[in-house]
Amino acid sequence: MSEFLAMGGYASYVWGAYGVTAAALAIEILLLLRRKRETKT
Amino acid sequence: MTTQSIRWFWFASPHTFFPLAGTIARVTAVLAVIFAVAGLYVGLFIAPTDAQQGEAYRIIFIHVPAAWMSMFLYVVMAFWSAIGFAWQTRLSAMMARSLAPTGALFTFIALWTGSLWGKPTWGTWWVWDARLTSELILLFLYFGFMALQAAIDDRRRADRAGALLAIVGVVNIPIIYFSVQWWNTLHQGASVSFSRAPSMAATMFTGMILMALAFWMYSIAVAMVRVRCEIVEEGR
Repeated sequence: MSEFLAMGGYASYVWGAYGVTAAALAIEILLLLRRKRETKT
Repeated sequence: MTTQSIRWFWFASPHTFFPLAGTIARVTAVLAVIFAVAGLYVGLFIAPTDAQQGEAYRIIFIHVPAAWMSMFLYVVMAFWSAIGFAWQTRLSAMMARSLAPTGALFTFIALWTGSLWGKPTWGTWWVWDARLTSELILLFLYFGFMALQAAIDDRRRADRAGALLAIVGVVNIPIIYFSVQWWNTLHQGASVSFSRAPSMAATMFTGMILMALAFWMYSIAVAMVRVRCEIVEEGR
């Protein structure tokens, strides 16, 4: 498991890419759901 | 022979499109999750380690699909802008507006992941080569489209101005796509093309396609929810 997380020494690059992508998509979804609630659709 | 015309314009009415958009959003959201789980599994656990780049190459599973989506969404946005510009259909302009934020998001993701991939492989976060620069211009085109829409109060004029920007900006898409052929760039050439077999292991290719499908379904779901908001907001 720790070997998987280490990504052969590239952990910060690989997880930095995956993490920010996940965060960006999550933020878009949250903002959209808030807008959806406000417009009552 | 009886001619039966398909009532395309039936769904051009925001009122009739509204429930359909909700159904599409629900189906594509579920598909996006399924494709993402499958794509991440193949990409992170099944695909072998790259001989040259080690594990750093695994960024490809988000970088390439995000870059594809950033270009594809722009073309779709420009398409709806053009339809709205020509026929003054309200729903077309709403579709264009609904796609812009997601397109900008995938452009940002493509740039961000590319930067994190470039550092360990090229030794630099950023370089002003043709591929990277034209992709950055794409991000500014999305921002320009959204800023223009937000800056003009009159909805009709805002849509026409946005449509013009979107249509003119389409010239940037082939520039991005062919930049690695036209100019001598640090960015590598296409790993996947229509004319030859992909230059990578089958499992790598499968993971990339699954992630592309996930992003595609995600984009449709988000755009459909957003267009429903647009319909309600404009109806007030």
